[in-house]
Amino acid sequence: MSEALPLFFIILGITFDLFGCIGLLRLPDVYNRLQASTKCVTLGTCSILFGVCIKFGLSAAGIKSILCIVFLLLTSPVAAHALARGAHLHGIKLWEKSVCNKYEEDRNALS
Amino acid sequence: MKFMRWLLGFIFLAGLIVYIFSFLEASAPTKLMLYLLICFLLSMFRIFRGPTAADRSVATDILGILVVGFCAILAVYTKKDWYIDIAIAWALQSFIGTLALAKFLEGRNFDE
Amino acid sequence: MLLSFSFEWQHLSVGLLVALVVALSMGDMFTDKAHKWFELKRYAWFIVYMFVFAWECLKANFDVACRVLNPRLPINPGIVKVKTILKTETALTFLANFITLTPGTFSVDVDQEKGYLYIHWIDVKTQDIEEASRIIVSKFERILKEVFE
Repeated sequence: MSEALPLFFIILGITFDLFGCIGLLRLPDVYNRLQASTKCVTLGTCSILFGVCIKFGLSAAGIKSILCIVFLLLTSPVAAHALARGAHLHGIKLWEKSVCNKYEEDRNALS
Repeated sequence: MKFMRWLLGFIFLAGLIVYIFSFLEASAPTKLMLYLLICFLLSMFRIFRGPTAADRSVATDILGILVVGFCAILAVYTKKDWYIDIAIAWALQSFIGTLALAKFLEGRNFDE
Repeated sequence: MLLSFSFEWQHLSVGLLVALVVALSMGDMFTDKAHKWFELKRYAWFIVYMFVFAWECLKANFDVACRVLNPRLPINPGIVKVKTILKTETALTFLANFITLTPGTFSVDVDQEKGYLYIHWIDVKTQDIEEASRIIVSKFERILKEVFE
């Protein structure tokens, strides 16, 4: 039991990482890629670290991995937000089949 | 045409996974690390191929997070604690690097 | 001390002393309303928030996995505008984090004075501001309002 549970979490995490990377390849523009890869890869890596924490138990390494989970959950959405904003201000267009773009309309109305 | 491309990619990836899982002569941790190496390869492909600079920055960010998971798996199977330290340090470094890239994309100076 | 995992009484006492001195001298600079930190109800709501967060995160991952593996790629992306009632900076940061990790949505920019959020949505159902706010943010706004305001 104590062997199987960490292995289950690690395999789950690796599967989600793989899905995120396939999304990085298949989706058509920067914002969609950012969506898929940020969500899947963050949760996958957190799941791997949780498996590591169960494996090491209550020791220095376990607590460090929990710290790492909290750190990743806080920083990765912020990084994604900064990247999306930077890409938009850089002037990268959305995919041509996109439905609406309220942000660009508002920025054009302001300036 | 699009469906053919999807089918080709699906067959390739599924074949690779089944091959690693059942036919390769290796221990279990090596197999897990090989799966993560496939993820590295996919995001490296996006770094080489990406049409714009923003695509490359996104792929670099994702690569940084994947390295953290890789260090965690190494820490389990070599039974050395200090790999987790490397993971924490790498997460910090990658976050700051991504912020710098985003500022650069935005077209501002770094000293703001 | 958690990092090196050594519980000796010398380390504990020195740590407590330093933390006390720092808290007494610098505490006024960072927190403006100290009484917020002593209400137990906020912590209870924060635990509820953590559970909702984990569940939504898991749902988001299965959603994205289904979209990515589907051969026809069923996406319908666009950037919509959403109104929020939260005012504090901390609450807005947590709301943006929450939106980024929930199914199909992803925050692009925040307008703090008027309370608007610009959100990239992978499957746009409506372009109206009120309707989109009702679908995306209203679930989480209640919890975050209890925690941070």
